[in-house]
Amino acid sequence: MDFNDSPSEAAFRAEARAWLAAHAPAHVLPEGVRLPDTEQAERERVWQRTVYDGGYAGIVLPTALGGRGGSIIDAVIWAEEEARYNLPHGPFTTIGIGMAIPVIGKHGNGEQRARFIEATLKGDLTWCQLFSEPSAGSDLANLRTKAVRADDGSGDWIINGQKVWSSWAHLTDWGILVARTDGSVPKHKGLTFFVVDMKTPGIEVRPIRQISGASDFNETFFTDVRIPDANRIGAVGEGWACCMTVLMGERLGTASHGSRIGELMDYAQATPDGRGGTALDQGHVRLALAEAYAEERAERWFQARLRTMVSRGENPGAMAGMVKLAYARRLQKTSGLAMELRGPAAIAAAAADAATRDLQHDYIWSTVMRIAGGADEVLRNQIAERVLGMPGDIRADKDVPFDQLR
Amino acid sequence: MNFDLSDEQKMLAEQARGLLGERTPYDHLRRLIDDGAEWDEALWRELAEMGFLGAAIGEAHGGLGLTALDLGVISEELGRANAAVPFFSSIVLAAEAISLAGSDEQKARWLPGLASGVVIGCFAASEGPGPLVGAAVQCIGGRISGTKFPVADAGIAHIAVVASGDALAIVELNQPGVTRTRLDSFDQLRAHYRIDFADAVADVMPGHGKVATLLDRAAVQAAFEAVGGSEACLAMGLTYVKDRPMFGRPLASYQAIKHKLADVAVGIELAKSNAYFGGWAVDESADDLPIAAAAARLSAITAFEMAARENLQVHGGIGYTFDANCHFYYRRERMLAVNIGNRAHWADRLIAHVPDSNIAQSAQGETV
Repeated sequence: MDFNDSPSEAAFRAEARAWLAAHAPAHVLPEGVRLPDTEQAERERVWQRTVYDGGYAGIVLPTALGGRGGSIIDAVIWAEEEARYNLPHGPFTTIGIGMAIPVIGKHGNGEQRARFIEATLKGDLTWCQLFSEPSAGSDLANLRTKAVRADDGSGDWIINGQKVWSSWAHLTDWGILVARTDGSVPKHKGLTFFVVDMKTPGIEVRPIRQISGASDFNETFFTDVRIPDANRIGAVGEGWACCMTVLMGERLGTASHGSRIGELMDYAQATPDGRGGTALDQGHVRLALAEAYAEERAERWFQARLRTMVSRGENPGAMAGMVKLAYARRLQKTSGLAMELRGPAAIAAAAADAATRDLQHDYIWSTVMRIAGGADEVLRNQIAERVLGMPGDIRADKDVPFDQLR
Repeated sequence: MNFDLSDEQKMLAEQARGLLGERTPYDHLRRLIDDGAEWDEALWRELAEMGFLGAAIGEAHGGLGLTALDLGVISEELGRANAAVPFFSSIVLAAEAISLAGSDEQKARWLPGLASGVVIGCFAASEGPGPLVGAAVQCIGGRISGTKFPVADAGIAHIAVVASGDALAIVELNQPGVTRTRLDSFDQLRAHYRIDFADAVADVMPGHGKVATLLDRAAVQAAFEAVGGSEACLAMGLTYVKDRPMFGRPLASYQAIKHKLADVAVGIELAKSNAYFGGWAVDESADDLPIAAAAARLSAITAFEMAARENLQVHGGIGYTFDANCHFYYRRERMLAVNIGNRAHWADRLIAHVPDSNIAQSAQGETV
């Protein structure tokens, strides 16, 4: 166990820190301000390009693909140093880097890697994920969007169907798409993976109004959308393996967010409790905040343990979902507590009251975190079955050809 | 950076687990309880022979001079085995206290015996319901009077390290003026005592103000012990639910059971992660220690509590019998949850040291 850097890691950290000190301040976002999506997207692209030009994009990717060829620990060091600044990170770059690149890197061919990976690292290409459907959420393999070969001999695929919860699909360039190419086999076997240009005719993206008031998610409709076979990733019928690669990347990439517990403690200390003291004098508040802080640290060290496993070539498997499971519930609990601390004032925010709006946003947003990327219940099933070796759930549709279901 | 135990530490764990696994079958623990035994003396001798007792004691004093993390590996295995030995009292508390706060003479006098297991120490801090460290019993002019309770392992101990406020003193227990009365211990595998001092001789340690650091270090070891106990609970619960049929299929196939044990597993991994960092911080980063120790302590209490309770729960009625093994951990968990400060105590300590808030060292101050 060594939480200190080795000499080479220390050298990399110093180099990264110096580079960030020179380049990051110009890109830092103002605290507590939520930018319009288009502006956020642009800032993310610009920062990503800056990182790429500096030689720090895709730390663990081979240099031949535009990456740095570094170690996983280097990537951790980079992330730690980058986190010192409030930089424009978010869906417009992270879905591409955390999900599209891994699946193209692992299952794509040489041409596809050359075409997509470096462009994504440069921030030139942004991505959305076209997985979930109205009847295929937690039961992802139940999806119905169809891809069939065009009958003109071109080898192209014609896509018809509907996706849902496609985050930021309205603003991104490309999508990673899984569709059914064979309904005569059980549901996991007839799937094939594609990448799709979101400007292709026949794609209609309809924003979904969320409980937060924002519209980050969309319904995406495919009507006779034509995709060249060159945009198929991996073999026909092997889409499920591609999905698993994406989901593993998503879970390992789900960082434990600080959720600002230190700030919450300050805030509790500044809030009168009506008995001559502050909210922080109350035992239940102290305990809840201290436990949340302890858990946040535990998530961070646990993630470091997972990365150590990966750096040795071990596969953490379903353990990768543990951090998201813990983090999402913690965020919901602490943001809920924070609203209670504020008292009735938590339910209404004046224009200048960014702090209250932040609390409200965190509380609303925490509900997404418990669902997206594997609902709590799905992750707990996976941990039980794959880490603890408990029996699988009874699956009524196992071994039944998809087109004979229901 | 490397966030895993070294190969040597993994070997140490295996060695300890092998020995303890052989020597602490549950029937043996049940026999100790039925016999009203104070401890497992034979096991203590074996642990001494293996060098485990002196692991973290300096080489100059007959120990191996290993790290807190190495000691943590041993603590974890003792927790897994639910061993009835005074390791925590004698090594984690008494020997550590003397190493931290003792004079050269005190170290030379006591540490070699503690390292070899010939001398057993205990740690007397509490003075009844209330804070972890009482302050009423004080050493004045080399003499001590008053009552400390409960004190673990005091019946077999030769010396007590007595904590009073910020002060620490060594009191030999085989002297006139010391009366030890056995209490009804909730953890039936750890005997607890009341010690009455009546003008007994006490040897004050010069390292005033080391109590908080001592407790930080002990909190890390207690966290490792809890992780070991939690893992034993999870393993026991898993074995049971996989074997036990219910409504025509294994109990383990029900989501209610799967989700419960998945949550236990997550709690254990989180606790283990904080324990690892805490163990590292003891030796490598004193500035981080107060927060690392408090975080390890809080996560460990949470994990062990959940693991011990749910293990008994998934066993159903059989879990409530003396012949089932759940109760060893169910009792040990509560003992560990309160013996060196409850959650409120460690929450206070954590909040007083949070670096990214304005609170550190201000309003609440230090708590011992």
